[in-house]
Parts: sequence; C-alpha cells; structure tokens
Amino acid sequence: MLWLRTVQLGVKSLLLHPLRSGLTMLGIMIGVWAVIVLAAVSQGASNQVVRQIESLGADTIIVRSVKPPSEKMQGSAASQYGLRRAELDKLLSTVPTIRNAVPIREIRRQFTYKDRVVDGRLVGCTPEYADVNRLHLVDPDTMSFITDIHNYQRATVCVLAASVAEELFPYENPIGLRVYVPEHTDYYTVIGVLQHRDPSAAIGGSLDSQDFSGDIYIPIKTLQQRIGDTIYTRRSGSREMEIMELNQITLKVDSVDNVESTAELVKNTLMPAHEAMSDVAVVVPKELLKQAENLRVMFLGIGILIACISLLVGGIGIMNIMLASVTERTREIGIRRALGAKRRDITRQFLVETFVLSLAGAVLGTLLGLLGPMMYSGLIWGVKYFAADKFAALPETIREAQPTIVLITIPVAIAIAVGVGLISGLYPAVRAARMNPIEALRHE
Amino acid sequence: MPSNLQPYPPPHTPGSEGAEAANASSHAGQRPLATSIRNLTKEYVLKSETVRALRGISFDVPEGDFVAIMGPSGSGKSTLLNLLGCLDQPSSGQLLLGDDDVSRMSDDQLAEVRSRRIGFVFQSYNLIQQLTVVENIQVPLYYQGRLGNHERQRCIELAKLVGLGERLDHRPAQLSGGQQQRVAIARSLVNDPYFVLADEATGNLDSKTTEEILSLFDDLNEKEGRTIIMVTHEDEVAARAKRVVRLKDGLLQSDKTNSEADRTVARERQRQAVLELIAREESE
Ligand SMILES: Nc1ncnc2c1ncn2[C@@H]1O[C@H](COP(=O)(O)OP(=O)(O)O)[C@@H](O)[C@H]1O
Ligand SMILES: [Mg+2]
Repeated sequence: MLWLRTVQLGVKSLLLHPLRSGLTMLGIMIGVWAVIVLAAVSQGASNQVVRQIESLGADTIIVRSVKPPSEKMQGSAASQYGLRRAELDKLLSTVPTIRNAVPIREIRRQFTYKDRVVDGRLVGCTPEYADVNRLHLVDPDTMSFITDIHNYQRATVCVLAASVAEELFPYENPIGLRVYVPEHTDYYTVIGVLQHRDPSAAIGGSLDSQDFSGDIYIPIKTLQQRIGDTIYTRRSGSREMEIMELNQITLKVDSVDNVESTAELVKNTLMPAHEAMSDVAVVVPKELLKQAENLRVMFLGIGILIACISLLVGGIGIMNIMLASVTERTREIGIRRALGAKRRDITRQFLVETFVLSLAGAVLGTLLGLLGPMMYSGLIWGVKYFAADKFAALPETIREAQPTIVLITIPVAIAIAVGVGLISGLYPAVRAARMNPIEALRHE
Repeated sequence: MPSNLQPYPPPHTPGSEGAEAANASSHAGQRPLATSIRNLTKEYVLKSETVRALRGISFDVPEGDFVAIMGPSGSGKSTLLNLLGCLDQPSSGQLLLGDDDVSRMSDDQLAEVRSRRIGFVFQSYNLIQQLTVVENIQVPLYYQGRLGNHERQRCIELAKLVGLGERLDHRPAQLSGGQQQRVAIARSLVNDPYFVLADEATGNLDSKTTEEILSLFDDLNEKEGRTIIMVTHEDEVAARAKRVVRLKDGLLQSDKTNSEADRTVARERQRQAVLELIAREESE
C-alpha cells in the first residue's frame, strides 16, 4: 500500500516535468530497444545462414571448378581448367566414406519453344542430383527425373525447373513437348517439371548462390556427347573458348561425423593436381555452419556492446537528471523531512522515481523493440525501392534475413535497464536523504 | 520509539500526573504540559566561530496555551522553534515532549515524533506542489503509513474546518497565499500534535488575511483546545496570544500573560480595522 502510494507519488512528480522525464527515459529506451532489435536481427541473419547452409546438407562436400585468375591461365597449354571426369572415378575408388557423388556440367544457354525464349542454365547431371538438391517433381506419377538409362542411352530428354516451365509453356502441358536449344540446334523432350525451390546459399567466393528456378536438366552423358567440353562464349565482340569437364561434384558422405575426415581425404586426392592453377575449391557446408554460429555469437556480442553503451549513457542521464531534481526539490525534501519523513523515506522516494523512469523507458523500449522486425523489413524495403543497386549489393543474409525476437532478451534487457536506473539513482537519492532538514527548508 | 507516542486520537482528559510538572508555569497550573524546556542551549559551530543561538532557556507550555515568541532578529526564535519541532537537537539541556526527552533521540526517532505529534506552520506555507489540498494535509500520516479511507476522511474534515471544503482537489498553485496557509494549518493538525508551531505564519500575508489566520488560531485554541506556539515580530499579532515570551541574544528576557480583556480589545480593534479596510476597498 505504502509502496503503491510511493509509486503513485513518483509518477506524479515525474509528470510534473513530462519533457524532462521523457528525455531521461530516452537513453534507457534506446538501450533496451537496441538489445532486442540487434539480437533479433542477428538471430534472423544467422537463422538465414543456417537455413541456407542446411539446405546444402551437413553431410555434403562440394567440390567445384573455379575459373583461375587469367595470369595463371596463360601458362597452361589449352584454356582447360577445373575438375576432370577421371577425378570423379578416382574419388569414388579411393575415398570409402563417400556414399554417392553427383557430377554436374552447367552452361548458360537460351531455350525456345515456338516464339518463346528463356535464358537459363543447361545442367547435365545424374539421377542423384534431384535427391541431393531436394528437387521434387510436380507429379511423380506421370513425370520422371533423369535416370541412369537416359544417361546410358545419351537420351535427349530434359526436366524443367518451375519458372522455365511457366515461361516456355504458359498454356500447354509441357510433358512430351520439345524444348529447342538454338546454339546447338538440339531438341530435348520434356519428361518432368519440378516444384519451386528456394535458392541455396551463396558461400564465400567459391560457391555462388544457386538459383534453381531457371534450370533445365539433361543427362550429363548426353551433354558430354552433344555439346562436349569446349564452350564458346561471346563476350563483348570476341569469342572466348573454355574447356572444362565438370563444374561441380557434390559428394554425400556416409555419416555426418565423417565429413571432416572425408573432406581432408578429398583435398589430399584432388589438390596436388590443382594447386598450381587453384582452379578447384572444396566447400564443406558443415564447417560453414560452425563459422555461421561463430558469426552469430560475434553479432550478438556487438549488439550487447552497443546496448551496454546506450544503457550506460541512459544511466548517466538518469543520474544527471536525478541530481538536478534533488537540487531543485531541496525544499520539498525539507518539507517532507519536517513533516516526519525519515532518511530512508526520502531515499525510497527518489529510488522509486528512478525505478519508474527506467522501467517505463524499458517497457517503451521493449514495445519499440517488438516492432523492430517490422522496422527492419521496412528499412530493407526502402533500400530496395529507392536504391535498387545498393539493395542488390547487400549480402543475401541481410536481404533475406527475417529478424526473430529472442524472447530471453526482453526480461534480460528490462532487468539490466532497471538495474542501471536504480544504481544511477542511488547516489542522488542518498544525497537527498543526507540533507539537513532545516537547511533544506531554507533553500529557495 | 518513544514509549508514549499515542496514535490519534489521544486522550484529551487532563492528566493529574502532569500537574506537578506544571507548577513552573505561571499559567493554568492544573493542566498537563505540552512541553517543558530546561536550560536549553544551541550552538552552531562554524569554522571561524561558535554561534551561541540559545544560551540556556527554561519554560513550560501547558496544554491549551497560546504563546507568542517575540524578540529582535537573530535572538534565537527560529532556533527555539526548530528545537521544539524536533527538526534539530539541542546542544545541551532538556526538552520534554510528554515524557520523552527529545535531546536523546536518534534522527529516525525525531522523524517519528515529527510525523506523529508535531504540527508545523511555516512563513512560506511549504506545501508540496504536485499534491492536492487533501493530499498535502495527509503527508504526516503518510509517513506513519496511515493511508486508509478513514484518514482521508479526516483530512477532508480538516480542510472543511479551515474553510477549504470546496477546494479539496486544488493544487497549491491554484490557491491564494491565505488559502495555502490554511492548508498548512490543516496539515499541522492532522496528526493531533502536542502543539502547533508557527514561525512567522502571517509574515507573508496582508492584514485582512492575517486577521483570518489569527481568527482561525483563536478558534483552534478556544474551541478545540489546541496548544499554539507562534513566532512573530508584530505586536498586534502577539497581542492575540495568551502569553508573550520575549527572547534576546539567546536568553529569555520576559514571559508575560495577556489579560483576557486586553486580548478581546486587540481582537475587536483588528477586526474593526479589517472591516474599515474592506469598506474602503468597496467604496473605491
Ligand atoms: N544553521 C546555522 N548556522 C550558523 N548560525 C546559525 C544557524 N541558524 C541560526 N544561526 C544563528 O543563530 C542566531 C539565531 O538565529 P535565529 O534563531 O534564526 O534568529 P531569529 O529567528 O530570532 O531571527 C543568529 O545569530 C543566526 O545567525
Ligand atoms: Mg527567524
């Protein structure tokens, strides 16, 4: 009851100077807001990274051909680089922990049907590709992915990714129809259409984000036979030649525990031949997962640091205002002492005021913090709308992140804020209580 | 905590045990004492010197007395009143409130006495700005932890007693000086004090308002039996008291009784003066 009245009284005193009280709360508010929002954003970003990496699979090792720097290319006889088919066989025969290996060869090409034209990737692959990349047919009963028989027969069949199918065949059922590849004057009969799939992670420089939506899949043997390893590309007038056998081999390890040792073995097997040109990269999503976790901890650390700084500033603000308030209210303190207030009553009064002030700041900060994910989306939307080029330059983790409120940060932030408030209010409160009542009464 | 600090309402029956102590007083020898002072001194130790504000004062105030303390500036009036009000402790001597010796109390005990049994009225009203009339009156009870409806009701009654029944929820800034002083007087009565201490309570007020406050004191003293001790430097104000104590240089110079006849004359003369003042203002 007494406490309730003291709180009431504190609120009244604070409302006597609403602007001042508001400004004092601001520091605490921003601190709490910062804790909640930064934790939410870092959580969102790391969720995004983890999701993307998990979509590659923790039991996966990706070996990829990387275009070497041009000065390293000049030394070699032909402009061949990257993985060889022989190396795939070598891996399969020497590394026992590999469950299966999916080689792919991919080329950017135009596809047409009637007068419709689509730019996309022509991907040569094996049946396991669908499984490894979690690609699913729209209707498994009437459709099929690439099979071993297709590869054996070098069949001219293809499977379409969702958006390619939509663009080339907006009106017709594509199954049984033929897609034309003008560059090679080849037709491929459609045997399947895939469900939509989210893009995979972009991991460092070695592995671009994979947007599966524009792909057309054909048997890798068919691609090898009909197109070969030599690719001509027109670039600003001149023709460029590139020889490559495989773009990528996706290895599935027999168990997640063996991923590191297998990756070591794979590197030992492949790297000696590729060291000079550095034209092959081995990417281990599981390791990246660990890095992402470290990154998240770092994010959180920075967030906490920023929050601490603003809480500290908020605390100093409270102390400053309370000291001013004690001086300004010396007379009131004198009156209260003359009317029977003990020292601890005065201390309590001022502490309750700082408590109310910091709690109110913390609660407002929390409410604002809960709006944080919306603010973040708004910010990202704004960048996208007003500065599309800048938006494109943002890392995908930032663009796609869904800030997620970390519930534990709310009570923690409020507790810290109130603690900071009380500690900052303690000195002014004690100073107020120490005043001599007669002198306090004489104060103008 | 002092043993005999009684919660409101205290017994008002005249006690026989206080009667012997009252013989030092020249007045109302049969009544118990509101306070008794013996050889009271107060020194302020400063860096360069020691100021002896009170140099050994003794007198008694029986319950129901109405004392005016007079004296030139710096004679120790406020110092004496602050000691009576338990705002400070004497350097030596004895100050009894009932049976309790204030000179031996801790800071907390003094605060306790102030909230339970002291009524203070200041020259500058000293109301708390953010509180309403009723809330201001309630402050001493608040520090006793008494916040019930019963207490609030008592505060409202007191506000009505001092003529502020219509302004219960006003804030000090919305009241005139005289009205604020009435609130302060109501507040000084809320804890049923040993005595009401008034330090130049009318010093900031014009003659009409001064008359109003003095009539209020008269009523409280006559009808409610309240003990009043007021510091003043105005003879007309002092003439309204039952007794005038004069201080000089920290010593008791004189202690005189105003006869009832003189008090009635003073009262009538001042009422008349105020009436004339009002008549003059109205004719202008
Ligand atoms: N806190 C103090 N410190 C030092 N000297 C004081 C203090 N309070 C009062 N005095 C001195 O004590 C003497 C009596 O003061 P006071 O009781 O205020 O007189 P009065 O109220 O009669 O004018 C004065 O000389 C005054 O200067
Ligand atoms: Mg004085």
